[in-house]
Amino acid sequence: MTTAQPKSLSVGQPSRTLQKTGERVFKWFLIASSMVAVLTTAGIVASLLFESIYFFNEVPLTDFLFGLQWSPQTAMRVDQVGSSGAFGAVPLFTGTLLISAIAMVVAVPIGLFAAIYLAEYAHGSVRNWVKPLLEILAGIPTVVFGFFAALVLAPWLRGAGEAVGFDVSSESALAAGLVMGIMIIPLISSLSDDAINAVPQAMRDGSFGVGATKSETIRNVVLPAALPGIMGGILLAASRAIGETMIVVMAAGLTANLTANPFEAVTTVTVQIVTLLTGDQEFDSAKTLAAFALGLVLFLITLALNVVALNIVKKYREQYE
Amino acid sequence: MNNQSTNSERIQAGLKKRYRAEKRFQYYGIAAIAIAIAFLLIMFAAIGIRGVGAFQQTHIALTVTLDEAHVQDNDWQGIVKASMRNTFPEVTSRRDKKLLYKVMSSGAGFDLQALVKETPSLVGQTKTVWLPSSDDIDMLMKGSIDRTVAEDDRRVSDKEIAWVDQLIDKDAIELQFNKRFFTGGDSREPELAGVLGSIMGSFYSLLVCFLLSFPLGIMAAMYLEEFAPKNKWTDMVEVNINNLAAVPSIVYGLLGMALFLNLFILPRSAPLVGGMVLALMTLPTIIIAARAAMRAVPPSIREAALGIGASPVQTVLHHVLPLALPGMLTGTILGMARALGETAPLLMIGMVAFIVDIPTGIMDSATALPVQIFLWADSPERAFSERTSAAIIVLLVFLITMNLGATLLRKMFERRW
Repeated sequence: MTTAQPKSLSVGQPSRTLQKTGERVFKWFLIASSMVAVLTTAGIVASLLFESIYFFNEVPLTDFLFGLQWSPQTAMRVDQVGSSGAFGAVPLFTGTLLISAIAMVVAVPIGLFAAIYLAEYAHGSVRNWVKPLLEILAGIPTVVFGFFAALVLAPWLRGAGEAVGFDVSSESALAAGLVMGIMIIPLISSLSDDAINAVPQAMRDGSFGVGATKSETIRNVVLPAALPGIMGGILLAASRAIGETMIVVMAAGLTANLTANPFEAVTTVTVQIVTLLTGDQEFDSAKTLAAFALGLVLFLITLALNVVALNIVKKYREQYE
Repeated sequence: MNNQSTNSERIQAGLKKRYRAEKRFQYYGIAAIAIAIAFLLIMFAAIGIRGVGAFQQTHIALTVTLDEAHVQDNDWQGIVKASMRNTFPEVTSRRDKKLLYKVMSSGAGFDLQALVKETPSLVGQTKTVWLPSSDDIDMLMKGSIDRTVAEDDRRVSDKEIAWVDQLIDKDAIELQFNKRFFTGGDSREPELAGVLGSIMGSFYSLLVCFLLSFPLGIMAAMYLEEFAPKNKWTDMVEVNINNLAAVPSIVYGLLGMALFLNLFILPRSAPLVGGMVLALMTLPTIIIAARAAMRAVPPSIREAALGIGASPVQTVLHHVLPLALPGMLTGTILGMARALGETAPLLMIGMVAFIVDIPTGIMDSATALPVQIFLWADSPERAFSERTSAAIIVLLVFLITMNLGATLLRKMFERRW
């Protein structure tokens, strides 16, 4: 009796320790997988930073950030004319801002009003139909939007411009910005929708109680209360617009123009990254390194926007929970 | 008293204005939704109208003599040319003959080659076969080239139109289903270009992407949701994942170029690298979706399993994971759909080359379907514009299928606890 008990224990023991080691190894696997996300960020930062440092050894940082001339053709021969290679990125920044601004001008009112209508006015059945339709817009690949902007909308705009005696470039900032605006409508509308729905009903009831109409309630009570969430959505949308690539690669221009005229062609940071890096060239030339410097700027700006936006959205969510 | 009545009058007058403002406000909302949906419909209509033509291709019935001399020389296009000369014996000058040959696709000979390969006994015989015309003739047949425009301003000459009209009279030219579009790789000639090469490139990329991101994503989610201690480090990982989900896709392309191509020296243009970049991109999406799916499994399941003596790992693997799997799969399919439509990072790692051969593995050079759309959209030929739209239709069909699959999956396994 006394001998049987330890024996059965000793039979069970090895398999249990085996199970425990197995589980420990398994957990380490899990930890390792969750590290991949952190490593990705580290990889992005490291690769952008290293190449950018090489670039800034050749081109001073101030020239890059404040220079007004962008023509990344480095000279093949020493005596070649007009090809010293200028890396002043200001025209790219203004071009990006111009197109993003057009996109926001389109997307913010449409997205916000769509969200208000869906959240406050629409019947359940309308909501069930319209929301998925708007989400389709979010699911369409950007290359499709780019095709539409470049081959359908841009010629229309050009034709319309000609009809009223207006000179619209065939690669105008307007076409790219309009289509990009449509693309980010669902982002703004769904985040605004969440924010509006999170406003407690009691606040609306209070406003109705003192005699306000529905639209007055929305404008004076609901929107101010939902504003942080809506702002978060708008910032996320702006970050998306700045980082968007395919629409501008296909519909915006390649030449760096320092202009605020939406009918002219401008180029953007992402367009230049693509043009500098597609095609064959040696990896260490200032031209290719410039793309990484632009990538670094892009990453830092979008990261800042995202961090601020996600924080606002998160804080706001906690406020009413 | 008097004062009060004017007050109520004022309120009455103001009320009308306020009600009008109310109506106007509602109309703004309706207008906003209408604009968004109208744009969606216009875009689909514009692409659909342009693209639907590419599913058909003009074919011409030629009586070809598969004589041994040509077959032995592998001069298949020569057979086509000889047959064209026989069909139009009145064409004699060198220049006209050259023009005549251009009525047929420069790839028409490949069809003959395939035919003879299938039935070698045909050599030496004369047979009538339908062969593809050139893209200009195709555009003429589809009405995209206006016959009334002056000859110098259109891509097809009067002579070619006369020949085509002769063929129309003989019923020897017609639009047939464009099989090549679905079975061919890329080509410089629009009438020979197909999407299969890029579809296979997308398929292999997505395969790599799935094999990497699905297990990694689920394991990471499992750790963060079930095992990770609540501390600063875990918070940081979480914030990091949320931010990664919003990083512009082109930045992933730069990462792929610097890390996979220049540091690891992996082959350019390979679906392997494309899949790896897409996997890094979709990983945050999958982790977020998988965590939500695991959070939806009620704690009572875990408590019951732990209560009857299961270890935490067993609890998660045997009980939480199976219940959360449909939700995880739904999120993964949606992530894959996004990866399928992604173009910019693939441009960075060289999946933008002109590749005729259909890739057969993850190491072959390849493009992806959205990149093919980008490449064709750049081509000046009218016929390519049509094919670009058709390729977009194919891409959208794939995306709709994937999204429908995800929705069905969600509906089938949806549980209310």
